[in-house]
Amino acid sequence: MSDQQRAAGTSRRQILKMAGAAGVGLAGFPYVHAQEKITLRYLGTAVNQDRRIAEKFEADTGIKIQYIAVTTDDVTKRAVTAPNSFDLIDTEYFSLKKILPTGNLLGIDTKRIKNADKITTLFTKGEVGGKKVGDQGTAPKKVMYLDKPDAKTFSAAPTQYMTLIPTVYNADTLGIRPDLIKRPIESWKELLNPEFKGKAAILNIPSIGIMDAAMVVEAMGLYKYPDKGNMTKKEIDLTIKTLIEAKRAGQFRALWKDFNESVNLMASGEVVIQSMWSPAVTAVRTKGIPCVFQPLKEGYRAWAAGFGIPRTLTGRKADAAYEFINWFLDGWAGAYLNRQGYYSAVLETAKAKMEAYEWAYWMEGKPAAKDIKSPTGDLLAKAGSVRDGGSYEARMGGIACWNSIMDENQYMVQKWNEFVAA
Amino acid sequence: MMNRRLVAWLQAAPLAAVFAIFFLIPLVLIVTVSFWQATDYELIPAFTPQAYLDLFSGCGGGADDLCVTLSTYGSTLKFALLTWAITGVVGFTVAYFLAFHVRSTLVQTVLFIVCTVPFWTSNVIRMISWIPLLGRNGLVNDALLGLGLVKQPVEWLLYSDFSVVLAFVHLYTMFMIVPIFNSMMRIDRSLIEAARDGGASPWQTVRHVVLPLSRTGILIGSIFVVALVMGDFVTVGVMGGQQIASVGKTIQVQASYLQFPAAAANAVVLLAVVLMMIVALMRLVDLRKEL
Repeated sequence: MSDQQRAAGTSRRQILKMAGAAGVGLAGFPYVHAQEKITLRYLGTAVNQDRRIAEKFEADTGIKIQYIAVTTDDVTKRAVTAPNSFDLIDTEYFSLKKILPTGNLLGIDTKRIKNADKITTLFTKGEVGGKKVGDQGTAPKKVMYLDKPDAKTFSAAPTQYMTLIPTVYNADTLGIRPDLIKRPIESWKELLNPEFKGKAAILNIPSIGIMDAAMVVEAMGLYKYPDKGNMTKKEIDLTIKTLIEAKRAGQFRALWKDFNESVNLMASGEVVIQSMWSPAVTAVRTKGIPCVFQPLKEGYRAWAAGFGIPRTLTGRKADAAYEFINWFLDGWAGAYLNRQGYYSAVLETAKAKMEAYEWAYWMEGKPAAKDIKSPTGDLLAKAGSVRDGGSYEARMGGIACWNSIMDENQYMVQKWNEFVAA
Repeated sequence: MMNRRLVAWLQAAPLAAVFAIFFLIPLVLIVTVSFWQATDYELIPAFTPQAYLDLFSGCGGGADDLCVTLSTYGSTLKFALLTWAITGVVGFTVAYFLAFHVRSTLVQTVLFIVCTVPFWTSNVIRMISWIPLLGRNGLVNDALLGLGLVKQPVEWLLYSDFSVVLAFVHLYTMFMIVPIFNSMMRIDRSLIEAARDGGASPWQTVRHVVLPLSRTGILIGSIFVVALVMGDFVTVGVMGGQQIASVGKTIQVQASYLQFPAAAANAVVLLAVVLMMIVALMRLVDLRKEL
């Protein structure tokens, strides 16, 4: 065999091999295609978009989660203007008043949600432990149900279709620096107490800040609102006037808009009392600085977020979205969130994934039997300490109102700008 | 002849296209939207001046109580003026030092680069780094308390007009230095010598020779500073503790609440105000001739 022949022979063999491989590839193509990984684009705020949740879900199911983290306002903006840019939305219930009328969300079929009937009664009935809680503002039960999947208005009675499946929720109150205040704080009215002149701060997100202000106005005995979450123009005027007077008198050190700002204000001692979010209080504490998420006698301002599905979602991606929601309610994610100080929508499954001492500390308001660690392993509370606000029933049962969008939203924002400019 | 004209048009076309797509069309859209109506979730293309009426509602009413828009513009203009004056003086001095006192070109270049060093980090970082310095328990207050100069921490250092102007000066002085330095370098050195030979004192030389000849640089710097301060809402927010209103902030809040017509109307008014200021500045110098 000459060299030339050998070369030709080899190459012929190679070509045959390649053709064979190509044949297998072609034949296998549809099969490979069907198994192609699905990626769900998850639009929401950074709060719930934990890398570990996505990793665990992918490990369990093979479906990838791609987080798109924007601010609360931008979640709404994208839901209204670009429903094609996400496959799953994680938004707050109060935003629904803006999003639903656009028709961009599709009701979620609860028949396909395994734990739908186990979702806490706080959402389905507005009750905690059989007791009604405050429903001023956009209480989730008011915007929870749709008559048909593509309805653009809410259903008053429970139906098969849910607008959002609740993910996390919590009740907010004032945060204080006990070491700098040195006396018990019991009422919302302390926020405008001249004793803390130049050392108080309020949230500069108008729709939430005005609710905190309304809690203060009521606590000061100035006015009793029929619904703090839906004020008339006159009521808005009164609330803003109170804020402006306090601001002109030098009450506020600063206003804050994002989580980290509130942490810095508190940790640096610029502010000793301010409206605050629970994880921000935890963040101050992990720096070794005392900070209390102070329960107040007038109650809490609550918020809740949930998963929604855009109208444009179909086929395998829609199945994947349902699979994610089912997985989310199945306990692992719920336990994870509970350990961060939020509350999960299905308590039963979360409890199964938590240690008994953890459950007792986070949910029952009992002293910690062991050191309490965050899901990432940071020490959150030493053995023997008790959670601020006590048990789930004490905290969530003490809700006075819910975050909301008012009918007079535009006027409210205009007046709020007046407060900032004053 | 025709052909050459066509070529000229074609040469201008790319820039014209960019200008149209990224400036003219958005501007037209903003002006259009400012005359529309909106609900929480949709824009209604019906002509109404309502956004502008809302913007100026309550203006011209009470004498001592200015409406929001006017007081917001008032505070924004105040910041623009203060920042402009301070950056002008500082910028002129630094540029003068670099241009006339530093003899070697190498040292000049090195010092010039030193001026730009702060720009290697982001605006926001540079702003935030003031906070631990000026805060109630910050370094400055610690020093003042330690020296026994004050008994209580000084509160107006942070989250005040003072801290806002300070940050503006810190951020924007460079925009004054560069153009002023540039025009100073073009001054014919023999003019300075002639002034000195004519018996002018150093001050007189600066006033009557250097200052007038640096006019173009000062003007360009002023346009930068005024335009930047007028549109800035991040600095005012961070350094003012979010308590001080600025036009940019108002627009941002309205846009985030999907109140696009109101935000657009505000933007149009802001654009008009800034344009008027720039036109006024331009009347002082014929930029085309000077460049």
